Amino acid sequence: MNRETAINTVLVAGLAAVPLIASAFDDPFIVTLATRIVIFALAGVGLNLALGYGGLVSFGHAAFFGLGGYAAGILASHALNYEPLATWPFEISGTTQMLVIWPIAMVVSAFAALVIGALSLRTSGVYFIMITLAFAQMIFFFAISWPAYGGEDGLSIYVRNQFPGMNTLDPTSFFLLACAILALALLFSSRLSASRFGLALKGARQNDQRLASVGIGPFRVRLTAFVISGMITGLAGALFADLNRFVSPSMLSWQTSGEIMVFVILGGVGRLFGPVAGAALFIILEHSVGPISEHWQFLLGILLLAVVLFARGGVIGVLAGGARHG
Amino acid sequence: MAEPVLAIEGLSKRFGAVIACDDVNLDLREGEIHALIGPNGAGKSTLIKQIAGEIASDAGTVHFAGVDISALDAVARARAGLARTFQVSSLAPEFSALQNVMLAVQSGAGGTFRFLGRALSDPALTEPAMAALSRAGLAERARMTASDLSHGERRQLEIAIALAMRPKAFLLDEPMAGMGPEGSKTLTGFLDGLREEAPILLVEHDMDAVFALADRVSVLVYGKVIATGGIDEIRADPQVREAYLGEEGP
Amino acid sequence: MSLILLIEQVLNGLQFGVMLFLMAAGLTLVFGVMGLINLAHGSLYMVGAFACAAVATATGSFWLGLAASLAAAAAAGALVEIVVIRRLYDRDHLDQVLATFALILVFSEATRWAFGSFPLYLNVPPSLSGAVTLPGGIEYPAYRLAIIVVGFAVAAGLFALIAKTRLGIQIRAGEADREMIGALGVDIARLYTIVFALGAGLAGLAGALVGTIQSVQVGMGEPVLILAFVVIVIGGIGSIKGALIGALLVGLTDTLGRFLLPIVFATFMDASSATSVGSALASMAIYVLMAGVLVARPSGLYGVRA
Repeated sequence: MNRETAINTVLVAGLAAVPLIASAFDDPFIVTLATRIVIFALAGVGLNLALGYGGLVSFGHAAFFGLGGYAAGILASHALNYEPLATWPFEISGTTQMLVIWPIAMVVSAFAALVIGALSLRTSGVYFIMITLAFAQMIFFFAISWPAYGGEDGLSIYVRNQFPGMNTLDPTSFFLLACAILALALLFSSRLSASRFGLALKGARQNDQRLASVGIGPFRVRLTAFVISGMITGLAGALFADLNRFVSPSMLSWQTSGEIMVFVILGGVGRLFGPVAGAALFIILEHSVGPISEHWQFLLGILLLAVVLFARGGVIGVLAGGARHG
Repeated sequence: MAEPVLAIEGLSKRFGAVIACDDVNLDLREGEIHALIGPNGAGKSTLIKQIAGEIASDAGTVHFAGVDISALDAVARARAGLARTFQVSSLAPEFSALQNVMLAVQSGAGGTFRFLGRALSDPALTEPAMAALSRAGLAERARMTASDLSHGERRQLEIAIALAMRPKAFLLDEPMAGMGPEGSKTLTGFLDGLREEAPILLVEHDMDAVFALADRVSVLVYGKVIATGGIDEIRADPQVREAYLGEEGP
Repeated sequence: MSLILLIEQVLNGLQFGVMLFLMAAGLTLVFGVMGLINLAHGSLYMVGAFACAAVATATGSFWLGLAASLAAAAAAGALVEIVVIRRLYDRDHLDQVLATFALILVFSEATRWAFGSFPLYLNVPPSLSGAVTLPGGIEYPAYRLAIIVVGFAVAAGLFALIAKTRLGIQIRAGEADREMIGALGVDIARLYTIVFALGAGLAGLAGALVGTIQSVQVGMGEPVLILAFVVIVIGGIGSIKGALIGALLVGLTDTLGRFLLPIVFATFMDASSATSVGSALASMAIYVLMAGVLVARPSGLYGVRA
């Protein structure tokens, strides 16, 4: 077993131990905190596909996170007040079933990623970073000023949405559900990375001229990766909405985009478990240093600076060494 | 006579005031090596880029394997069977030599939009890729990262990638550049046999290689083809002697 | 809708635009010369605003505060450049984004620690507190008019600096070819620190000028930072001329969009939904503008490289 596998095993074991630790300390908040980690990690796994494997530095993934969240919130609110979402061309009613909400959240995010990606991928470098940011800001301001779903105040989900055969209101059950999805996403991500598509995507990151000259179009490969990436981050957004039972424009804000990026980079760009390590470190720090010093963000800033300047390759890069995957 | 594999007619390209390619006519026939020579700045690499579809031409047509490919982009031209190597090696630096070649195999084999199967251990990709590496003399370096290869090995990898595409024609942009005398000699021998597989349009500064290999030679000066013919015709052409050999010498 | 009201809005748009230019000039210079994306530029804007507020409160003079804002932001810029930023020039954009994102956190928390979380307020200096009557009988606040004048003066000064001075020649050389200026015997490290401090000073000046219109508080820099990025991306990163044109475009689009869109929608909608639809679209307008420019010209209006 190489060191990176060992670190990944420790991360998985750590998550698996959460319910036990919570019951030992009799502190259910630990489970909620761990669920946050899992959901942010999932958002990061999505971004990592574009950023890590594809080299697409998206500063606008909050758009997909927020759209997924709003999909969950809007569907649930319509189910609650029995008003159909649309009556034309056919009637669409709300729902509180996660199994319906998730695919819708993913389809909505995928569609947004398709449009944003198709336009943004015409540019590269800083321009790509900024145009993805611009699209996310567009959606953010739309959400703030569109009054139908709460505008600036956001939208509450009064009862957490349901999953067949499970009491999702129980923190541990919801945590396990989120873990299962993260596990699926990690599995998918690892398979994708090793697949023919992964080969082409990583080839496009390293040298798109080479890829084109052997007859594989980089644009379609990147756009596909961007869409898959947006879908996974959108799914994370739907879960996040259900975790907080609340959706607000802050999910769409540029700070959220920045944080998802921080998870990925802190953990290690292009590393399968990088987003998990990054999200765990970030949130554990936030909650362990936060109560001690109200200025914990100062420490976070210093830590991030240290990682960028001295620990290239993120936490996993430092601990496991070696080149990044791909 | 059979129709040429690659036929270029009236190809032109202008960058501002500079005419990089001026009404060029050129063809490449089955089984031949057609060398394109000319002094530095004559527009040889620009012409290769135009044929490969990497830069758009202002005028002219390119027919390939009987089809007008003038409107196709670089990706589509590569898929149609036009394989090119780069003057300055252009590889995926973090990939192994094998993975670099696998990309080319995958392009032909399809499945770029297959997300789950393991590509790295898929014999449908690795076996043809290994075969191409062996032919280019790089089998022992298959697992080495491209950025760790020596300059000469990277040149060989460029050739291996082109081979793996199983093209209908090769566009080789100075394959000998920086190879050293031993490497050039080996490559010359290899290209000599390759022409049977698919014809080669060869841009080259190494005149020994050109005279050893070329069935026909075209001379490009200031974006214009000033002469095309057999080696002896070219040697004897007064225009060539004045414009080209006079300036640089072989 | 009266013409006077429209002209007033155009002036507001210009004022907003030149303020954005002060922010964007530094960003675009730093990117053009050093190839660095600096997210912490908004923090320097905040530093300028706080320095102005603190000094103006202590001394009672807005003008001393304004001088302090320039000095404090330039000094903070030079310090950050020497301690952190210069280690980032050779890194990829991802590292630059993350490191300067981290700097935002550091700056914001340090400022909150020093000044607390409550907003400070800056008063318009008495000499500029009245209104000016413009040709055509338009009454316009003198202070806002002064911002427009200062902004255009700074723009003219910057163009002159870059076109005429030794420093300007070095900056242009640095934009064209980074290795070359080293070979020509220019002290690159010093040049970079000066360029960074210059950009920081302008951001600080913008912060101080705006501090009197809005409140001075932690987090004030980031919304402006994003807009400044929109500006330089529209103008073409690295181009001062592009930054000026982009800033004016963004300032006018935003201000006029907020003013005109609800009016336009009111012609075929009832008043309250016209207001909400109009303002929703108006707040998206500049991002639509940016996306449109980039789709048509992937390197911005005056950009040369990606």
